[in-house]
Amino acid sequence: MEKFRQTLKETWHFYSRTLTLVTQGSKIYYAWCLTLLLFIIVGFIFYLKQHEAGLIVTNMNDQVSWGLYIANFTYLVGAAAAAVLLVIPSYVYHFKPIKEIVVLGELFAASSIVMAILFVMVDLGRLDRFWHMLPFIGKMNFPQSLLAWDVLALNGYLFLNLLIPVYLLVKFYYRKGPNWKFILPFILASIPMAVAIHTVTAFLYNGLPARPFWNASILAPRFLASAFCSGPAIIIIIFQIIRKVSSYTIAIEDEALFKISELIAYAMFLNLFLLSAELFKEYYSHTVHIASFKYLFEGLHGHNQLVPWIWTAMAMNVIAFFIFLVPSTRKRLTTLNLGCLLIIVGVWIEKGPGFVIPGFVPDPLGEIYEYIPNLLELMVSFGIWAVGLLIFTLLMKVAIPIETGEFSHVAYVERATRFEEEREAWKISSSGKP
Amino acid sequence: MREKDYTRREFMRNLSLTALGSLSLPIFFSACSKQEKEDFLQKHFKEMSEEEKRHVIAKLEQRYLEQYGKKFHISTQEAVPGTLWGYGLELSKCIGCRRCVYACVKENNNSRVSPQLHWIRVLRLKRGNLINLEDSEHYYDPEMVPEKGYVYLPVQCQQCEDPPCVKVCPVHATWKEPDGIVVVDYNWCIGCRYCIAACPYKGRVFNWAEPNIPKEELNPSVHYLGNRPRMKSTVDKCTFCIQRVRSGRYPACVEACPTGTRKFGNLLDPKSEIRYLIENKRVFRLKEDLGTEPKFYYFFES
Repeated sequence: MEKFRQTLKETWHFYSRTLTLVTQGSKIYYAWCLTLLLFIIVGFIFYLKQHEAGLIVTNMNDQVSWGLYIANFTYLVGAAAAAVLLVIPSYVYHFKPIKEIVVLGELFAASSIVMAILFVMVDLGRLDRFWHMLPFIGKMNFPQSLLAWDVLALNGYLFLNLLIPVYLLVKFYYRKGPNWKFILPFILASIPMAVAIHTVTAFLYNGLPARPFWNASILAPRFLASAFCSGPAIIIIIFQIIRKVSSYTIAIEDEALFKISELIAYAMFLNLFLLSAELFKEYYSHTVHIASFKYLFEGLHGHNQLVPWIWTAMAMNVIAFFIFLVPSTRKRLTTLNLGCLLIIVGVWIEKGPGFVIPGFVPDPLGEIYEYIPNLLELMVSFGIWAVGLLIFTLLMKVAIPIETGEFSHVAYVERATRFEEEREAWKISSSGKP
Repeated sequence: MREKDYTRREFMRNLSLTALGSLSLPIFFSACSKQEKEDFLQKHFKEMSEEEKRHVIAKLEQRYLEQYGKKFHISTQEAVPGTLWGYGLELSKCIGCRRCVYACVKENNNSRVSPQLHWIRVLRLKRGNLINLEDSEHYYDPEMVPEKGYVYLPVQCQQCEDPPCVKVCPVHATWKEPDGIVVVDYNWCIGCRYCIAACPYKGRVFNWAEPNIPKEELNPSVHYLGNRPRMKSTVDKCTFCIQRVRSGRYPACVEACPTGTRKFGNLLDPKSEIRYLIENKRVFRLKEDLGTEPKFYYFFES
């Protein structure tokens, strides 16, 4: 009982001190958080409108029944899966420079998954019936429906990516060594889980013979390859920001970034190779199934809205590939960052709208409807991105001081003792006065 | 900046923030009306007992009466044993008049304006082409039909024996009944639209907004799994007029067709018209290569 009370007290203290930590910060921190909050509020207001009127207020319809929301979802699942790229070398091969930052990478994965889940939730017509999808409580169509698989996989991955970093951080906080026997199985499980979430998401589209554009067996490998480009690219940028704001007390070495960028080069090569394999098959055999590819790459019956987008994405990916391939450009931060930005945007176009929309154009009865998201869809999407960034910022606000050792239980006890001593000293000195 | 020590004020603030966060959910739920709570907790149709079904039907009839001022009769009649419904459509006879489309909208209480939902689509194709639907025209609007040089291809839910829409639904909100009709529990559908992506025939439509039906045009004779007035953000589809065929009538589209293009019957009855057509005419089914086994047969006069 006494032990339980002690644990409860400790937990409350930890929680309470974290809350204090995240509510205090520099002016830039406040400005950043408030800006994100503003986007969240605006997005939420637009979402309320959609919830009230129905999805009619979006530009989706029976022809193109999934749009920007599901495009973002697909991209973010990939970004989250890419955290595995950091886990494998750091834990399995004990590659030291990456090991220090893997906790931050996993928190990034958790934030991405939260965003991905939110994008599915805003796309659901009846959010009030979300519980129908829960296992045991609702009536989940498992193992038939790939969407049911995805719910399980995404939540499982989210659980792992919260458990592992939070466990490690709390241990750091108390300056204790982690119990590897307990946590290592979870870490190892997160590797196949990362591959699984993206494979399952690919299969979600892949298993639909009604949509020839998605019904290609190369889809899952392509998904993984492109995810292993964009995810690490985001992480490279974020880590540079982290070491700036933590005024270089957090040891993210350039070497680690260059190592990640080398992995991106391989992944981008695979991505481009798989894409060209698919293009060859479609264009050489030239069956009716080529229609969606034509719509995407050259326009179909005069409808060519996506054409400039996909060629921009192609150019970005190819340029980025060469930047990451050549060691001299890969190992210079300016060109490295340029390459990362090109990949982040390029893969977003290719994997997001460039992947989801052509699946619906032309539709199964040959109708062509040109979808472009409207203001509401954009604002709701920005709102969700802001939620993810805010969650990540707050997590970082706690995780960074713990990693640098500024925020720890020991420091707290020391300060409390010092405070007590000062008060005692003050009491003595003041009682000495008349 | 000197880091502040843990003070009582901070403690109070943290405590109140936590309390506010954890209380907001129960407050939200207590703000819901009793009706909303009951709807929220309503079971899947197939899991309801007879008693629960009666309760839900009574509740719905009362609600429709208040909303539309009409006395509805909501049937939950089950499949007639020994029936498996099949549809025949004689392509050489269709003149593209779309009477079936509008008879269907009216019979099935589909939303009328913004958007008007159709369960039947009639495609206009240039003669000499039938398989590549990319050249089809969905919104043809001539003075007179039929037009020279064109053929018409009506498409609706094909009531597949192996329906991809049922397979992909994450919550079992749609299923195939014993008489072969694919139905939706509109109160269970979560509106994810995965079934729309999976259907090769565009047999499913989504209520993008609250359905909109003029009171005087309502059809009060409805089936729970069929043509009852529906709600926004759920999927619905052709049910071969489940409310009609289970009590021995033809689907509305069959009755409305002025040229006798549309045929309907029980595939298990050797003496039915549909069986005669399959055995004696040259029939084909749309996109047979996808393995969905539709029970919707197209044929030509021969």
